[in-house]
Amino acid sequence: MNVDTPVSEAPAAAGVQRLKSRHLLGIAGMDAAEISLILDTAEAMKEIGTRPIKKVPALRGRTVVNLFFEPSTRTRTSFEIAEKRLSADTLSIATATSSVTKGETLIDTVRNLEAMSPDMIVMRHASSGAPHLLTRIGRAAVINAGDGMHEHPTQALLDAFTIREHKRRLAGLKIAIVGDLLHSRVLRSNVLLLKTMGANVCLCGPATLMPPAVERFGVSRTSSIDEAVEGADVVMMLRIQQERMHGHFIPSLREYFALFGLTPERLRRARSDVIVMHPGPMNRGVEIDSEVADGPSSVILEQVSNGVAVRMAVLYLLAGRDSAEPLDA
Amino acid sequence: MPEVMDADRMSRALTRIAHEILERNRGLDELALVGIRTRGVPIARRLARALREINGDDVPTGALDITLYRDDLMRHAVGPQPVIRRTEIPFSIDDRKILLVDDVLYTGRTIRAALDALIDFGRPRAIQLVVLVDRGHRELPIKADYVGKNLPTSLKESVQVRLLEIDGVDEVVIESAELPGSAEVNA
Repeated sequence: MNVDTPVSEAPAAAGVQRLKSRHLLGIAGMDAAEISLILDTAEAMKEIGTRPIKKVPALRGRTVVNLFFEPSTRTRTSFEIAEKRLSADTLSIATATSSVTKGETLIDTVRNLEAMSPDMIVMRHASSGAPHLLTRIGRAAVINAGDGMHEHPTQALLDAFTIREHKRRLAGLKIAIVGDLLHSRVLRSNVLLLKTMGANVCLCGPATLMPPAVERFGVSRTSSIDEAVEGADVVMMLRIQQERMHGHFIPSLREYFALFGLTPERLRRARSDVIVMHPGPMNRGVEIDSEVADGPSSVILEQVSNGVAVRMAVLYLLAGRDSAEPLDA
Repeated sequence: MPEVMDADRMSRALTRIAHEILERNRGLDELALVGIRTRGVPIARRLARALREINGDDVPTGALDITLYRDDLMRHAVGPQPVIRRTEIPFSIDDRKILLVDDVLYTGRTIRAALDALIDFGRPRAIQLVVLVDRGHRELPIKADYVGKNLPTSLKESVQVRLLEIDGVDEVVIESAELPGSAEVNA
């Protein structure tokens, strides 16, 4: 690197180099250039995970709080590993061990955390919009790690990253998303991202689990899994979220599997180089057959390892943005 | 905008450095080249080609992105974060002699970052520094082992290395750039 060349003039760096917001609350509002910036940065971050010493000093001295009001193993550990690989100081608070169980309100919990001046807060909450509330209370940059049934932006980004690794592109791909569409924040973030990047998305699920008016997102819908999978480049399965179902949405899990489960026979309708994805945790034998989940088309475990690289990219890109005054760079 | 090096002189300087590398290391065994992104990488590849032409042996060549090791990374609100590109070192650096390659040696801060980054990949037997241009004004105790051209400059000037692979032309020019603060941001 020529020490005299402003980084912004480096040739490979054409296009945007910054995120418009200092928070990552959702995919809504992001444009294709911002999404590409995160995915490109994640590619460089992925290499760090292959080194003998999987750590770089980029976020040294920064404090990141992981505030999880809902159980999560994958997302929380993924964020923790990403933060540690960037050398940030991290602490994780789960509701079971926090004062929330003693009746403290969300706002009081956050105000107390803010008094310890964290630079970033990664938040998972059962109520849609909770991370947005957080941005109004404190100074820390906020990353939404899943809020209610609203958004889960880093999951959509890691899904897109995984697709791009296999297909080299997102535009023009046929992507089938099958399962519990109604309760899924992963769905919303994914649809917003994939449409922004120019993919063709087909949603499939029982009528009771189909959100109303999905057509306005520019996606097609069907209640036949065979039709959805036909010629697909990517099949993304969503979990049946029994913990969010306070009513009768499906007659039985066995009937759901018979009608909407992804089996090897059904997958044969897709393109021969199809990849099968699942955000986890999987219900084997409910939305996906074990033979498919563990089969050659499955990239489910790649999604997990790519999650670390994508979250490192997001943390890095947001960390440089947490002071209000931009320099004349 | 005086040109201080054209394509011919650049090519001669790199050939001379290749000979010096051979002389000093008595052959190419255990040598590897690592270029610092962006412009150190094509220079490293050219040196690998020159070494092969002289000696017939291939020297493994890698690319290092030092962005995440910069000492000014989070110090300013740098508006846009520097774009990170892939580090590619497809060989073990353990017990090898590493030739670290960059285009311009100035404050030495880039090299400091590169040394930290390299050592996270293993324990090389030695690291030697190759630069196309040494323009002076060091802020750290760092010295190049092989220099294409020593170029006395003032702090107000900026040295631009342009390479065929990236810029479509081979040249080194001095420009008088008086952008306040730009030196700090990019050091």
